[in-house]
Amino acid sequence: MGGALGFSARMLRRNLRAGELRVLMLALVIAVASVTSVGFFTDRVRRAMEHQASEMLAADRVVESTRPLRPEWRAAAKAAGLAQAETWSFRSVAMVGERLELTEVKAVDGGYPLRGALRIADAPYGTERTVTAGPAPGSAWLEPRLMQALDLRVGDRLLLGELSLSVGAVLAYEPDRGGEVFNIAPRLLMNLADVPATHLIQTGSLVTYRLLLAGSAPAMRRFQQAVRPSLGPADRSLGVRDARPELRAALERAERYLGLAALVSVLLASVAVATAAHRYARRELDGAAVMRCLGASQRFLTATFTLQLLWLGLVAAGLGIALGYGAHGLIAQFFGGLLAADLPQPSPMPAVFGLMTALVTLAGFALPPLLALRQVPPLRVLRRDLLPLPARAHVVYGSALTALAALMLWQSRDVLLAAVVLGGALATLGVLALAAGALVTALKALRRGGGMAWRFGLAALTRRARSTVAQVVAFGIGIMVLLVLTLVRTDLMDEWRDRLPPDAPNHFLVNVLPDQVEAMRDFFRAQGRAEPGFHPMVRGRLVAINEHEITAADYEDTRAQRLVRREFNLSWSAELPKGNAVASGHWWSAPSRGEWSVEEGLAQTLGIRLGDRLVFSVAGQRVAGHVASLRALDWDSFNVNFFVLGPPGLLDAYPASYISSFHLAPEDRPLLVELVRRFPNLTVIDVEALMTRVRDIMDRVSHAVQLVFAFTLAAGIAVLFAAVQASREERLREAAVLRTLGARTRDIFGALLVEFVVLGTLAGLLAAGAASVLAALLAGVVFDFGYSLNGWVWLVGAAGGALGVGLAGLAGTRSVLVQPPLWTLRRV
Amino acid sequence: MTAIVEARALTKQVSSPEGTLTILDDVTLVIEAGEAVAIVGASGSGKSTLLGLLAGLDLPTSGRVLLDGCDLAGLDEDGRAALRARTLGFVFQSFQLLPSLTALENVMLPLELAGIAAARGEAQALLERVGLASRRGHYPHQLSGGEQQRVAIARAFATGPTLLLADEPTGNLDTRTGARIIDLLFELNAEQNTTLVLVTHDVQLAARCGRQLVLDAGRLV
Repeated sequence: MGGALGFSARMLRRNLRAGELRVLMLALVIAVASVTSVGFFTDRVRRAMEHQASEMLAADRVVESTRPLRPEWRAAAKAAGLAQAETWSFRSVAMVGERLELTEVKAVDGGYPLRGALRIADAPYGTERTVTAGPAPGSAWLEPRLMQALDLRVGDRLLLGELSLSVGAVLAYEPDRGGEVFNIAPRLLMNLADVPATHLIQTGSLVTYRLLLAGSAPAMRRFQQAVRPSLGPADRSLGVRDARPELRAALERAERYLGLAALVSVLLASVAVATAAHRYARRELDGAAVMRCLGASQRFLTATFTLQLLWLGLVAAGLGIALGYGAHGLIAQFFGGLLAADLPQPSPMPAVFGLMTALVTLAGFALPPLLALRQVPPLRVLRRDLLPLPARAHVVYGSALTALAALMLWQSRDVLLAAVVLGGALATLGVLALAAGALVTALKALRRGGGMAWRFGLAALTRRARSTVAQVVAFGIGIMVLLVLTLVRTDLMDEWRDRLPPDAPNHFLVNVLPDQVEAMRDFFRAQGRAEPGFHPMVRGRLVAINEHEITAADYEDTRAQRLVRREFNLSWSAELPKGNAVASGHWWSAPSRGEWSVEEGLAQTLGIRLGDRLVFSVAGQRVAGHVASLRALDWDSFNVNFFVLGPPGLLDAYPASYISSFHLAPEDRPLLVELVRRFPNLTVIDVEALMTRVRDIMDRVSHAVQLVFAFTLAAGIAVLFAAVQASREERLREAAVLRTLGARTRDIFGALLVEFVVLGTLAGLLAAGAASVLAALLAGVVFDFGYSLNGWVWLVGAAGGALGVGLAGLAGTRSVLVQPPLWTLRRV
Repeated sequence: MTAIVEARALTKQVSSPEGTLTILDDVTLVIEAGEAVAIVGASGSGKSTLLGLLAGLDLPTSGRVLLDGCDLAGLDEDGRAALRARTLGFVFQSFQLLPSLTALENVMLPLELAGIAAARGEAQALLERVGLASRRGHYPHQLSGGEQQRVAIARAFATGPTLLLADEPTGNLDTRTGARIIDLLFELNAEQNTTLVLVTHDVQLAARCGRQLVLDAGRLV
């Protein structure tokens, strides 16, 4: 065995130098690069999130309550040795002269923030500087929006409740500012010591009290244990894992699905590895027999071939990891702006996974044919016709399937998902292979026509039908993904946008006070425009379904949990709103008390059925009613829609604000300025700006996905090279015979050209077909409209495939063209 | 004189669609150390089968082979391989050089398999001896047939075998090249005091051996 160690390394070096195993190496490098590029990227994002999660809380843990913090919590934190800070958040009106502005006030003590830092400036959008503590007593820091709304400059004064505060700075960044888009008034940051003097906090005031904590994990555990018994339903203890759950979920999804996408490349690269390994094993037959004859034991051969693969795996993994590291930088660049500017360095885990991918792929796909070599009869040195027993089919396929399942499982860390994806991938590959097989069979009929090059080119494809099918599928998948992400994606988006009515609302008005509704109607009338509809809105939390008091813990679905934690925007209406349809139950005909109408998707998420009794907590009071109807909504209309509606009368007594939406042509934007000037408390939301943002995100994500699938195409090329290499001797001999019979280089070139161009065209057609099916499914299921097939998909797919595969194929077979026939005939 | 290889009542039968086929029929022979023996006979007379059995590359249907005093029947496949590594050198009609190894590396191969540390130096010396020092970095396909067979001869003598087996060593070569190869084979045989057993139907070559064993339809005549 000791001898095998060095011997195998020398043999590998010699084989690599002689050009054997290069394709195998290439395929492995692609596989490893593909998984590590995704791995490095998601690893860095996860580390950034774990690191920044503390910053998102401005602490390591936050205890949040709607009641004043209990002194024993602070004592427990002190006893555990944790750093602590306290913040109070509430809404109030800031006043400057005659101007009033609703603000989200946050009062902080000297410890805030425990994690992360604040950034302030001397003027709105001016040069920012970082500070590690909040405003001093007597001063307030204001968000730029609030500065502009109140027409303030640094040094001016404003009135908050009964206290006059000086504007100390413009608040540019606050680490723990939530991600809510709607209903957020601008921020005013002040010192906690000033709050009593405002006289704003009275019994019953809506205040969120937060105790921010930071320190070591054991200290945090001691604190948790001490305070857990005293946490009531109004209190929440939030760790870094609870921060930004939607981002965390997005990362997990990205990790899983980009990772599995990368495994598609591994799967295809495995086909190349298996092809190349079989060819190598065939070529090593004589070598193995000679070595047996020269006295090598079976064990020595086993060790030699296994170790050769191990060394090969290590070298390929090293190259692949380096390539993957380079490629992940590109992915990160595509996501630039969506993520924190500087990501931390990755952990070694992606590299470990890359190495495992290389070794598992080799063990599953390359080892069985090579191990069969140890069985070669030594008598083969005298009698060439003797062959070793081929590796048994169930061993070959079994080891390959095991290897794939192991990789899928590791990547998805979920047995069910791995099984579904593996099954799905194999089924999809099966369907694609059947389609490709049908295409290849169809070629036979075409062989009759055409000249010599045409017939020879097609003959090459149909004779090696299995290899041709594998190549068509490999290229087909790569091209399909590129088609879906480029042509089909923009096509779907355009079609969706075209379907929106040109006058669909593109602006929302939020926070309209009840006494402003009439004035606003007058304003629109005076501008000669249609009055937008104003919808009342009351905030309430769903607290019970039938007799069951619900909490987020009752649901497994994260969306359901979020819905239960948050307050709903409740509204009332006598008429069924435009774009709504009653899916089941009935719409109330006369004002009635004690009924709700619920959006059907929400009802499904929360397990609400027709006739259930829902209780909402509105301004501290319980409002109950039975579900009278479930509604289907047209969300695409951009009209104001509500998940839960009541009949007039049920919610009128509670404090409401109004919401509206309207269409504004770009040239009419001055109207918006005028509107905001007249009603400065308004929050205006520009839908087009949001849409632009969404489109930007989609573009970036699809670029990243495209890059991952570029590896799939590279794997396809590896499959092609492996197939070309496996048939190389046969091709050389054929070309030599043709030449001796008088064929010119042009004829042989023509046959090769036909072969690879037809191969690429088939792959392109398969890709276009699959992309069209996928697009139709997406359009039907996700976008809910019929998709008209785009002819370009077929043209671009076929032409792209023909060009790409044609060039790659000719590059792989150029030796067939340049080899003198005599040389070939003597050698092969 | 001691016997290097001894065959006792060797019979080899294979089953074929036409029934059992007897390739070797009750062959008994003794080859002494230092002898040069030619096994001659027509195509299909069983020459190569006999050579394979003497080398332990295959097992007889009945009978025994004693190689360097060891009964091959008492050894398993790996045991026979180890015995070959110690005792035997081979030269084949089709050269059997490994295509991915250079001339030098091909000669190094048996030395490396035997775990000899100075493999490179010894292999270089042998290549020089067969007149191919300047071609050591060439791959087999870059060498002519005669050159390839010289590399194969250098490989066969690399481990200093006691018995050299050659299967039609000139079969793939033209007459003049074949003659040079034979000269080389006999020179090295003399230098290293090796026992030589070769299978051939080249009459000239057979005539240079001290003894000729003639096979006819599987029997020694």
